[in-house]
Amino acid sequence: MTQIQEVTLDEIRHLVSDRALAGETMLLNMGPQHPSTHGVLRLLLELDGETIINCIPDIGFLHTGIEKNMEAKTYQKAEVMTDRMDYMNTVGNNFTYCLAIEKLVGLDVPPRAQAIRVILAELTRIQSHLVWLGTAALDVAAMSVFLYCFREREQILDIMELVSGQRMMTTYIRPGGVWRDVPVEFESAVRDFLKIIPRRIDEYESLLSKNPLFLDRTLGIGKISAEEAINWGLTGATLRASGPDYDVRKFAPYSGYEQYDFDIPTRTEGDVYARYILHIEEMRQSIRIIQQALDKLPLGPVRSNNYKFVPPPRSEIGTSMEALIHHFKLWTEGFNAPKGSVYVATESPRGELGCFLEGDGGPKPYRVHFRAPSFDNLQVLPKLAKGHFVADLIAIIGSIDIVLGDIDR
Amino acid sequence: MSDVLQTYQQRLLETFGGSTSEHAGEVTIILPAEKILEAARMIHDELGFDFLACITAVDYWPEENPRFHVAYVFRSLAQKLTLQARAPVPGIEPSLPSIESVYKNANWQEREVYDMFGIRFEGHPDLRRILMPADWVGHPQRKDYPLGYEEPQYSFNFDEIKARKPAPKE
Repeated sequence: MTQIQEVTLDEIRHLVSDRALAGETMLLNMGPQHPSTHGVLRLLLELDGETIINCIPDIGFLHTGIEKNMEAKTYQKAEVMTDRMDYMNTVGNNFTYCLAIEKLVGLDVPPRAQAIRVILAELTRIQSHLVWLGTAALDVAAMSVFLYCFREREQILDIMELVSGQRMMTTYIRPGGVWRDVPVEFESAVRDFLKIIPRRIDEYESLLSKNPLFLDRTLGIGKISAEEAINWGLTGATLRASGPDYDVRKFAPYSGYEQYDFDIPTRTEGDVYARYILHIEEMRQSIRIIQQALDKLPLGPVRSNNYKFVPPPRSEIGTSMEALIHHFKLWTEGFNAPKGSVYVATESPRGELGCFLEGDGGPKPYRVHFRAPSFDNLQVLPKLAKGHFVADLIAIIGSIDIVLGDIDR
Repeated sequence: MSDVLQTYQQRLLETFGGSTSEHAGEVTIILPAEKILEAARMIHDELGFDFLACITAVDYWPEENPRFHVAYVFRSLAQKLTLQARAPVPGIEPSLPSIESVYKNANWQEREVYDMFGIRFEGHPDLRRILMPADWVGHPQRKDYPLGYEEPQYSFNFDEIKARKPAPKE
């Protein structure tokens, strides 16, 4: 692997315009170590003065081979790797992977576990949107929003720590349910949070929504039409800012989302400002979902009692022979999944997060592929950026809400 | 499964030939690889599947013909339908037509499949590696590509492992 291939100019000539070869325009490297690229994104810009003629994204700096590594681990042990992909949506990644396993092997999840999953997934969505709001506002030089957003985000991370012992990489959702029941303080902690957050969201809005400096930087920037947005495979707020109301929670409801009453906010402008408004609105809708899920949180078990796939409770191991055997088999060999493939998608804060999972009858996944929402959303960046100034590019990168860990996997 | 989707699948199979496979209530149609571009046009224009969710591949090594399956997931946002398709590709010089001209986001998705599996997409405007470095040798997601790891060095085998450990060249 130490052999170095020479890349000739002809192979990459088609990426830039003819004027670049004549020396009329300038090629400028941006990133990968640039604070406003939200991670390690490298962009090669072709500039005519300040105006962007061409933008060539270069990704892969965070590629860690998660899909390949998961093939070498059992289904349960591979789950910890999914947290590390999209580090802003750790619960959602576990969620998607567990739903895929459950569909592949045909495993039922008790209603209480489904409701807990929804609450945590929506808390994660708020948490991710808060970080987005903070950093995207920071990109257009609104410093204080960043500090307020992280204050509220900390409260969500505390709830995560309360239920799982971990702030970010929780791996709390497991195939067949969740790791253990939530502690008694959980409900009051979430209710406390729900009490303050609506007012805080209004506060963020009062800082930005009518701020003339913010409007100058966002209105009419990075526009895309509805048809183009669908054809480019955009999802999440980036798609809905252009008009289509595609949301996986409504398109193909999972984990009991059909029983909650919530709206899918859309805008038609398709610019940076519309995406900002949608992120704010989505946080409000998430609050509604959490409120409903918490009000009718059913009692009962939080894990499936199918001990072929789910480890039996610790208390049974001392008294039941079968429980001991199941426990031993699950933690040494793992469970076998049938031959066949499934594609399961959930709505991550960034859009459709899909998991393509194929089993071969053995205890290890034969092929895992994640359809990363940021991957497709970033792809459209050259189109959005063309004709804008470099400063606007920063606002556009911020608005499409990418996480490089998600893109490179 | 909805009747509409079933009729669509029947139409595709009658036009292009192929077979179906089913698992967990999801029906996947297996289409011939060389006709995937025409099939994608029909799926997009006539059947109304306007959204391409995912392209990926599966390697069935040491099976040689077909060694790979390229899997597609199409969605119709208006009809709320999901269509899954696969195209089998042989192991020697694997290639199939690109559907980038129909679905724009196939561009990067196909680049990723090319990078990870070495499957060439004919007619792709910019088929370069995307996640791995440009000068990388091999395609990591293939089943015959080893999953690299570092050997643990203990005092009894320290020198033996040090001798074959890759080291930066002078």
